[in-house]
Amino acid sequence: MEEVDVEPVVTNISGIRPGKRMGFAWGPGDILVYETQNKASGPTGSGCAFIHVVRKDEDIYSPILRKLFNESHHIFVGLQTIKDDLPSKSKKPQFVSISRNYRSVIRACMEELQQAAVSANDTDMATQYGNQVSILLAIELIWNLCEVLFIDAAPAGSLLLHLLDWVRLHKSDVDEKAKGVLQSDSPAEHRDYWDVVLSYVLQGRLEDTRKMLMKQAMLQPAAKSMYKLMDSLLSKMPFYNPGGTQTLTEFDVKWRNWHEEVDRYLKDNSFASNQHLEVICKILLGDEDVLLEHKELLSTWYYFLITRLLYCHPTVKPTELHYYAQSSMMMFLDSGVPEPLDSILLAAFEFDIHQVIKDCSIALNNWWFVAHLTDLLDHCKLLQSHNLHFGSNLREFLLLEYASGLFTHHSLWQCAVDYFDHCPEFGRVYLELQIERVPLDTERKALKVLRICEERQMSEQVRSICKIMAMRAVRNNRLGSALSWSIRAKDAAFATLISERFLQDYCAKGTFSDLDLIDNLGSTMLLSDRLTFLGKYREFHKLYGEKCFSDAAKLLLSLMTAKIAPQSFWMTLLTDALPLLEQKEVIFSAEQTYELMYCLEELTSSLITAASGSGRPMQEEDVEVTKVEMLRLALARNLASAIVKEGTMQT
Amino acid sequence: MFVARSIAADHKDLIHDVSYDFHGRRMATCSSDQSVKVWDKSENGEWHCTASWKTHSGSVWRVTWAHPEFGQVLASCSFDRTAAVWEEIVGESNDKQRGLSHWIKRTTLVDSRTSVTDVKFAPKHMGLMLATCSADGVVRIYEAPDVMNLSQWSLQHEISCKLSCSCISWNPSSSRAHPPMFAVGSDDSNVTYGGKVQIYEYNENTRKYSKAETLMTVTDAVHDIAFAPNLGRSFHVLAIATKDVRIFKLVPLRRESTTTGPTKLEVQIVAQFDNHNSQVWRVSWNITSTLLASSGDDGCVRLWKANYMDNWKCTGILKGDGSPLTGSSGQPSAMSTVVGSSIQTSQNALNGMSPPTDKAVGLTLTRCKELGFCPPAAGCVCGAGGVFLLMHVKRDVSTYLM
Repeated sequence: MEEVDVEPVVTNISGIRPGKRMGFAWGPGDILVYETQNKASGPTGSGCAFIHVVRKDEDIYSPILRKLFNESHHIFVGLQTIKDDLPSKSKKPQFVSISRNYRSVIRACMEELQQAAVSANDTDMATQYGNQVSILLAIELIWNLCEVLFIDAAPAGSLLLHLLDWVRLHKSDVDEKAKGVLQSDSPAEHRDYWDVVLSYVLQGRLEDTRKMLMKQAMLQPAAKSMYKLMDSLLSKMPFYNPGGTQTLTEFDVKWRNWHEEVDRYLKDNSFASNQHLEVICKILLGDEDVLLEHKELLSTWYYFLITRLLYCHPTVKPTELHYYAQSSMMMFLDSGVPEPLDSILLAAFEFDIHQVIKDCSIALNNWWFVAHLTDLLDHCKLLQSHNLHFGSNLREFLLLEYASGLFTHHSLWQCAVDYFDHCPEFGRVYLELQIERVPLDTERKALKVLRICEERQMSEQVRSICKIMAMRAVRNNRLGSALSWSIRAKDAAFATLISERFLQDYCAKGTFSDLDLIDNLGSTMLLSDRLTFLGKYREFHKLYGEKCFSDAAKLLLSLMTAKIAPQSFWMTLLTDALPLLEQKEVIFSAEQTYELMYCLEELTSSLITAASGSGRPMQEEDVEVTKVEMLRLALARNLASAIVKEGTMQT
Repeated sequence: MFVARSIAADHKDLIHDVSYDFHGRRMATCSSDQSVKVWDKSENGEWHCTASWKTHSGSVWRVTWAHPEFGQVLASCSFDRTAAVWEEIVGESNDKQRGLSHWIKRTTLVDSRTSVTDVKFAPKHMGLMLATCSADGVVRIYEAPDVMNLSQWSLQHEISCKLSCSCISWNPSSSRAHPPMFAVGSDDSNVTYGGKVQIYEYNENTRKYSKAETLMTVTDAVHDIAFAPNLGRSFHVLAIATKDVRIFKLVPLRRESTTTGPTKLEVQIVAQFDNHNSQVWRVSWNITSTLLASSGDDGCVRLWKANYMDNWKCTGILKGDGSPLTGSSGQPSAMSTVVGSSIQTSQNALNGMSPPTDKAVGLTLTRCKELGFCPPAAGCVCGAGGVFLLMHVKRDVSTYLM
């Protein structure tokens, strides 16, 4: 490919002095710049401290274009699901219909922008909308031509019919004009009358031409026969019928006969007395000079090209198009310089797909068009055949760029996910890098992002999001939320830390918060020892509340004997045992009581060693001592009753 | 590209660094006025300063955010020979109402005897770690073993680089195949001292960092250095700001399992640009490393982009034009309502300047009416005088294909 050196775009930043060094920082979708200086040059005291937010890809901030992005996203996803194994013959109509869907989205968007432009109060806004309409118009024009030439790839004969449709669709100003003419009191005398007639002829709309001419014929009874002759020539002009039985050669013979007939009438001056009819006759014969005299009506070289093909080479083959296109452009523009749109369309007529994509990327300020068109062409297997090593590489490159742009938008990023999903090489990594940057403003948004990551088994991102949310919740003292996020993150260390906080809270307040969560931990409590303890300890409280005393007692004891409870918590557990020991009924068996006593001894011995080291206040120690004494008493009494009870039962 | 808004930073001296948080909703600025400011972005995209405090007793060179997994944590480094770690604590309700937040100093890292020139948090998979480098040529790596207690930082490694250090960058790769790695640059201008960029790698066995490579071809002073996001590749990409912009590829060579030394790296230069034609001070990658930005003494920020065949090109330039800001309120309200335009950059439109004449290509091929979009009665709004202002050359989107 030709190496073209395009100058980089320069963006001027007001408020920064020319030549001054700038600092910068990348953000999502923008870049921050500020004036700064060499570290060594020391303080200058200049308070010129503005930070400028420089943004790109402004299109995504337009609410109407957002619809274009949203709706084309659905079409894109649909296209990706077309099976590769279908025979290409049956796929073609699908591709054409997808191409049409894309175009209709563009059209809908244009109409809406047009409405907005008309109703905008502010002229700046109106101009902006107008500019966007212009860009979409061009995009649709190019896309439609690409559809005809590359996707539909009509053979000789049908090709011209498609190109005529293309012209008629994009050059519909004649209909507006015709409406004006027909609504006037005397259409045939309207000043635009002949313009309309000629425009119809140039577009090959011969039925419309005949209807129009009829009006003139009625005004000129004298020339009736001449009009009748023209009418018959127009009605006889053969058009190829791709669905019919006629072969292209048969059509060609028929067309040549008709052409000769028209030529005969021109030569024998049948229309010499009516300059308008004579011009029509010459157009029918494809007289290039006459065509070029009507540049105003043709408006562009590519419409000139199609008219020329219609009346000179109706059986043009795709491979011959480039020749006629080039010459038509030269003839029409004369010495004028082709503009970007001209070059793009010419490249299309030359079947140089890569050049079309390249030129479009240069001329248009968004990735939407090139990304979607390239993707569609790639599905049609057109990129491979044209450029061996650019194929899907180019497709992926453009899709990644487009999707990355979407990702900076607060709602469009969700569409971008699907684009990344369909980029086999780098899509996943891009998604991983982008999705973890989506701001997790609310729990709801976090869950949304999380679901996307979970669906794609992005375990690291899932973990990270949960961890961020857990950390945020802890910082705001929302322990329940923090715990559930760290369980989701499978973060044992953090779950331990939060369980600890819960237990501290319980010790301080005597109640648990977030009961729902703790009651329903289920097997997730196994994530960390402390969490298990928290869950089990809460279970004990539940059993106790439900007066299942013996189960509660069993559980309480097991928490200590199985070392699930941290020793720092044993005193609390033993204190919890007190009311059970004090019940009238014996709850702890003798053996269980021995175990409880053993726990108490273990605890007190470790407390003594700890206390000797630290200078704890006397009062606190006194409370502890009283507690231990109370426990000992209760245990001894319970042991006595248990032994008595067990002895009684055995006999 | 266009200036969407300008923020009055209100620092009393030069700004040295601006840093976005991980999600791009907050930023921190630091300055020679010895302070750090934290800014929060509101729903409508405006930035509000929510904290501003004196952090050091000298110019603050760099400020950087820890990953949000570790909470709201900043690190700063300064000419006063220290680095510091700051944590935001959830303030009292009346502070929240006033939109203020509290940052408290968790630790001061005082090991350096000279100016601390850079501070960077390690990739999050390594835990809460940070590296500092200083003018005395030492890289220090600290770790907070308990993420809930940021007042405890232990100095894990002290690596002498022999040359005055100016910048440091962690390799962000979290692949198991890649041991922790960082690159450090020196701004020593004596070219006879050899390579100014050193790559260090962590060795599991010795539990130490050792030098894996010195980029011998970079002999001039280095001012900034940046590893690119890894994108799951086997090799690493490193950008360097020296007298020019350079991009290197570091390809780890397959190592025999018996050797215990650092991974050997094959160093390949990918691109070298002297467009700044002066010293380059900053290099930085965007999130997906598709764009590299650099700034130099020519007063330009240049944007570099690779096409799909890995050819790098300058695609954009930002430069000061000296014109005063209109309505220097700091957040001109008009700027926030600009909806995407194409022909005129809104910056120019808002500053009352004439539209850019450089290479804006207005197509005058056809009129909208002919394309059937403007009913004559509606009055054509498609560009001035019904001219079909189709496209303008917007090359930041484009040069990738060349």
